[in-house]
Amino acid sequence: MNETPAFQLDGATIPFEKGQTVMQAALAAGRYIPHLCYHPEFKPHGSCKLCTVKVGGRTMAACTMPAETGMQVESNIEELNGLRRTLVQMLFVEGNHFCPSCEASGNCQLQATAYELQMMTPRFNEFYPDRPLDGSHPDILLDFNRCILCELCVRASSEVDGKNVFALSGRGITKHLIVNAESGLLKDTGMALTDKAMQVCPVGVILKKGRGFSVPIGKRRYDQRPVSAQALDDAPRQADAGGSCAACEGSS
Amino acid sequence: MAADSDRHFADLDSILDRHARDPNALLQILRETQECCGYISAAAIGRLSAALDIPRARIEGVAGFYSFLHLQPHGEYRVLFSDNITDRMLGSQALMEQMCRQLWLQPGKVSEDGLVSINTTSCTGMCDQGPAMLVNGRAITRVTQQRVQEIGSLIRNRTPLADWPADFFRVEDNIRRRGPLLDNRIAPGDVLRAALLLPTVRGELVEPRSPSTGSGRTENIIEAIKQSGLRGRGGAGFPTGLKWEACRNAPGEARHVVCNADEGEPGTFKDRVLLTRQADLVFEGMTLCALAIGAQHGYLYLRGEYRYLLEPLQAVLQRRRDNNLLGSNILGQNGFDFDIAIHLGAGAYICGEESALIESLEGKRGIPRNRPPFPVTHGYQQQPTALDNVETFCSAALVVQMGAENYRAIGTPKSTGSKLISVSGDCPRPGIYEYPFGVSVRDVLQDCGAVDARAVQVSGPSGVCVAESEFDRKLGFEDLPTAGAFMVFDDSRDLFEVAHNFVHFFAHESCGFCTPCRVGTALLKQIMDKIAAGRGTRYDLAEIEHLNLVLQTSSHCGLGRTACNPVLHTLRHFRPAYENRLKSLDFEPAFDLDGALARARQMTGRDDAGAHLKPEEA
Repeated sequence: MNETPAFQLDGATIPFEKGQTVMQAALAAGRYIPHLCYHPEFKPHGSCKLCTVKVGGRTMAACTMPAETGMQVESNIEELNGLRRTLVQMLFVEGNHFCPSCEASGNCQLQATAYELQMMTPRFNEFYPDRPLDGSHPDILLDFNRCILCELCVRASSEVDGKNVFALSGRGITKHLIVNAESGLLKDTGMALTDKAMQVCPVGVILKKGRGFSVPIGKRRYDQRPVSAQALDDAPRQADAGGSCAACEGSS
Repeated sequence: MAADSDRHFADLDSILDRHARDPNALLQILRETQECCGYISAAAIGRLSAALDIPRARIEGVAGFYSFLHLQPHGEYRVLFSDNITDRMLGSQALMEQMCRQLWLQPGKVSEDGLVSINTTSCTGMCDQGPAMLVNGRAITRVTQQRVQEIGSLIRNRTPLADWPADFFRVEDNIRRRGPLLDNRIAPGDVLRAALLLPTVRGELVEPRSPSTGSGRTENIIEAIKQSGLRGRGGAGFPTGLKWEACRNAPGEARHVVCNADEGEPGTFKDRVLLTRQADLVFEGMTLCALAIGAQHGYLYLRGEYRYLLEPLQAVLQRRRDNNLLGSNILGQNGFDFDIAIHLGAGAYICGEESALIESLEGKRGIPRNRPPFPVTHGYQQQPTALDNVETFCSAALVVQMGAENYRAIGTPKSTGSKLISVSGDCPRPGIYEYPFGVSVRDVLQDCGAVDARAVQVSGPSGVCVAESEFDRKLGFEDLPTAGAFMVFDDSRDLFEVAHNFVHFFAHESCGFCTPCRVGTALLKQIMDKIAAGRGTRYDLAEIEHLNLVLQTSSHCGLGRTACNPVLHTLRHFRPAYENRLKSLDFEPAFDLDGALARARQMTGRDDAGAHLKPEEA
């Protein structure tokens, strides 16, 4: 008999294909595990830690954990959702996130995940970092205030666009996104509106100029359906996953 | 200017050529670029980007990761005071203030004439002869008020570092207690010859075979290491024989031996002494490992703070090549080919973590990898890699020399052999002590002459703070595992200040990859600063516990998982040190209204009563 391999997630049986991670298998089976730096089209690197699950009592990132037969995975439990809430709060205070005036409000995965996890306050003191905008490019605005360092733009620009427009510099709390130009300005990179990197930012860093608020708040992506439902719709797009990214951290 | 940049480009090209324009050598190339040009200019990055075919943003990202690399001019003289708690206990903060006053300078800023900058850096590994500093990367020990005065004058007179008094740079070994490792009489090549004569498991001698084809000879070495019970000396204690065996058995095109000499754990300096006094034994151990696993390439990852050891170590390597102990057909054994390159770090504690070290070795930002896979199967260049601590390689060599059974007789059942302990802090005889595993904290304190000790930080900030009531605990994997640091605090010390210092260390050294460690260590620092300022509350202590839970359960690597330890351990044993500082309120806002005026006071040069809010207003 040739049974499909499967593991247990919060008591439900999740079938998986060899090579799939816990995250991939869970999403494909219609089970949401909160995440921010994971994107179905890119190789996971596990930095945001929102997808932390418990496997046999040990905590690990579901997006990088290969699925194995018979695993007992816990995810949707208060202990882990509390942890995730704290991680989202950390991301909020680390940057400058003013949702009411943000063009990405309603389309923002950070905001939607905070709602999903019932975050009520920022809890910690705001860092209020000084992060100047880059409005140099004729078509594109970069608002670094909202960056959560997920590296999706780094990965998209390197792997799909072949341009390496973005990279990370600094370390610790001073880690930040930079662009590939001696001037340090986006206008001097090869970035274009048609780039994959334009589409992957989960928050509101990379914005198209001249098109603000064309969809009214209330009718945006996560206004319609919560992130837990949207993520499942997005999941089947996993055909290209598994490539390697020389550009991003912890990837090799 | 043009002539200047032409000259720099010529220098850059020779650096690039020296590294065969290999992108994996990026960190070495950047480090050497800075050594010759003072900093890494935008023009230099453009040149490197073109020559190495690496996007310039990625080069900036690598340079931006390491504390010792600068993308802006940073002064002809870059003074960095070692900021470990042991340096502070010896008065480093007052000395730094003195130098800043003398040179009219603020910490972290470059003087307006571009002559000098002064700042702090993480522990430089000179805790037994502090306070210590680095000037343009060169270690200076035993800094005193007078020495600061002299250094200030030398800098003002623009005296080249090479003409400074040699005594400034003298580093003592301070070996206080010897055991089988420090007492060994092994001559270069002895261990390799002994390894080549080891009987097989079945008790017969076999003809040497090419190491790369495995089996035969290599089994004997691994078997001896396994039988000796040797465990890694970097702190984690993984059985060395099992690691070598797994590495030898892992499929791969090439195997690598990597020696972790990125001795960054504050309070640890044993590798410094081993690399000074036992360099041959270190390389012998690495070559032994190469023979055992069939590796042809070895790397010594030397922390940037030990830059002064580079040339002496290169000389040892050259002598070993000349004596056929490195290179092709070592000791006449056909196919026994192995050589070692030295890779210098550039100020990043996280590179002591094995997978971050490998990333750094590959010329990248030192970010710990996702594991599994582990380095034994997917290490340097994704090939099987045996990565061990300096002391582990020395101990492995010793095992082969003295025999597994004899080695096993030293120490305790689960912690065989001896261990080097780096003693510093409040004691009259700081230095290196070699003990069989199983020695008690109390015995070490007695030997180093410590009186009135109230606590010992074992194995550095990420280790354990041991209070007086626990001084009978024993060093070893059964009880108190240690990488070697042993910092003594007497009853005049405030353990809150110790934890405060360690928390700043972790925040500074977090690589920033994962959310919990990047933000959590910064938050922890905020809370400790607030308590230090006398504005903390019980709520803050509870927040520390909460942060600890988050960091422990979700951090990407050990740095984040252990970052709260110093606070939790000192809270457990020395809670009054915290509570005495608390405002007796349940909640106190972090925002300090009067504190917010500090910048305005600084800009106007005022500090009179009128420049402060009255207490009731604040």
